[in-house]
Amino acid sequence: MLLPDLSFLVIQFLSGLTTAMFLFLIASGLSLIFGVLRVLNFAHGSLYMLGAYLAYGLVAWFATAPGKFWVAVLGASIGVALIGGIVERTLLRRLYGREAVYQLLFTYALVLIISDVAKLLWGTGQLSVSRPPILGGSVSLFDQVFPRYNIFVIILGPAIALLFWFVLHRTRAGRIIRAAALDREMLGVLGVHVDRLYTAVFMIGAWLAGLGGALVTPVVTIVPGMDVEVIVNAFIVVVIGGLGSFWGALLGALALGQVMSFGILILPRFSLVFVYVLMAVVLVMRPWGLLGKPLRG
Amino acid sequence: MAVMQRLPWGLLALAAAGLLPFVGSRFYLYLGTDIAIMALFAVSLNLLLGYTGLVSFGQAAYFGIGAYACALLMMQASVPFILSLLAGGLLAGAAALLFGYFCIRLTQIYFAMLTLAFAQIVWAAAFKWNSLTGGDTGLTGVPFPAFLDSPARFYYFTLGVVGISLAFLRRVVGSPFGRMLMTIRENPERAEFIGVHVRWYELAAFVLAGFFSGVAGGLFGIFNHSVFPDFSYWTKSAEVLIMTILGGMYTFFGPAVGAGILLFLNMLVTSYTEYWPLVLGVILAALLFLFPGGVLGFLEAHLLRRGHREPRGT
Repeated sequence: MLLPDLSFLVIQFLSGLTTAMFLFLIASGLSLIFGVLRVLNFAHGSLYMLGAYLAYGLVAWFATAPGKFWVAVLGASIGVALIGGIVERTLLRRLYGREAVYQLLFTYALVLIISDVAKLLWGTGQLSVSRPPILGGSVSLFDQVFPRYNIFVIILGPAIALLFWFVLHRTRAGRIIRAAALDREMLGVLGVHVDRLYTAVFMIGAWLAGLGGALVTPVVTIVPGMDVEVIVNAFIVVVIGGLGSFWGALLGALALGQVMSFGILILPRFSLVFVYVLMAVVLVMRPWGLLGKPLRG
Repeated sequence: MAVMQRLPWGLLALAAAGLLPFVGSRFYLYLGTDIAIMALFAVSLNLLLGYTGLVSFGQAAYFGIGAYACALLMMQASVPFILSLLAGGLLAGAAALLFGYFCIRLTQIYFAMLTLAFAQIVWAAAFKWNSLTGGDTGLTGVPFPAFLDSPARFYYFTLGVVGISLAFLRRVVGSPFGRMLMTIRENPERAEFIGVHVRWYELAAFVLAGFFSGVAGGLFGIFNHSVFPDFSYWTKSAEVLIMTILGGMYTFFGPAVGAGILLFLNMLVTSYTEYWPLVLGVILAALLFLFPGGVLGFLEAHLLRRGHREPRGT
């Protein structure tokens, strides 16, 4: 096999990086929710899909307004956060004391419900959103073209990661969230409203998923089934990085993004198998993931 | 009430099911076959979920392996059906031994995730290994064995296999081995203290569950005339979990009842609307909140008033 030239590899790397940033947005929310609530949210992919559909709906709504894309992204992500908050507050919280399988199946019930509601509202066709004008077109890199929008996504990912790091490690709210991940009873004893905190954390996680879904609309077509597909990838990311670990989500997303981008070139047939093998190997060797910590209690 | 407790429900259900070909149409015969197969699948999963307290989110792996193995042996090696079915179960059991060896080292959510990962490996392999499995299009035209060429015959055959399997599993959960699984479910530390090798018991349960899931898969592949990668997809694992919870995971026949209810409802609902997942999601959510013990668990607690097998607290 001839070695492909360098510029091609760079483009491939960048496209892997773009994929990774979307994965990171979804997986970080999933990981945050698991870290604090100890709930593995199967519906996280559904929230992502909802973000995409809502963004599509809002872009269509503001058909002529300038900056409609950004308004849609903001509106869709906040909308998803609100839906997440309502679901947590009214339903999910009743299952906290129960066995893990009830929580898993409840989030799976949400997957089923949201997928059909999306079909009822938006049909089963393929929908797409055009890129915002300011980020239209492409830049040329080493004689290859690369969409400007993807570069924006590649920059936005780390920016959000930094913002989160700052909130988690340098603010009081962040300290409380980290404390809740370690010992929720003690936090309750110390006078923190743990139930409100849970709602807030679930909403932040949902917001991240909705943001990922809204931002992905100019890059992929919106179709039913994108929820089920993305959730498995998000699971791979958080398992590799470490459930509950924020940096783990970033590392896992970067790794999976590149595997998906290059795996297709090197081993087109078995890249799909390979990612699941990778997930299984990490679980066997270090169940808490590369950057996670073992769960206590 | 005491009379109701002593009735041999399993045998009565089997006898009633045996009458189906005389009263039902061909359509109901297919539905009955489907229910019997999924009942075995769900009861085998429940050996892990309800009896040992292990949440397997990847039971479809063994269902798929059994289905592919049985169909491939018949189609490519011309092995007789009965032997293929048995081999499918054994291969699924062997896979369960291999995967289970790693899974049982983990607990709770990590156990669930690893079973899911293994099932996805099986799914991805089936999806991509075109030369063996037919890839995306699956194996089609799986032949009906000659001696089972009518729906009624295949139905009786299925009923026989499922009946024997359930009788065997019933013996297993009633044996000292089965009691030990329940002890492990209730308190693994204490089981360890009294000298039980918890992991061996869990692994044995995992292999048994894998074997019977494989037999169910083998039957289903023949029944369906085809085998697809989706037999092992994670949504299939979720489906059988729903059946188990719906019927009741703390009763032996609960999962079988759940399979029956779910497939019957599916048949009813899909004749009115294409939005079956929405209906299923709402039913599932309502069930989790209102009847956490499942249908049979609810009936037992409120009608039969027997036993106090309350769902354990966490």
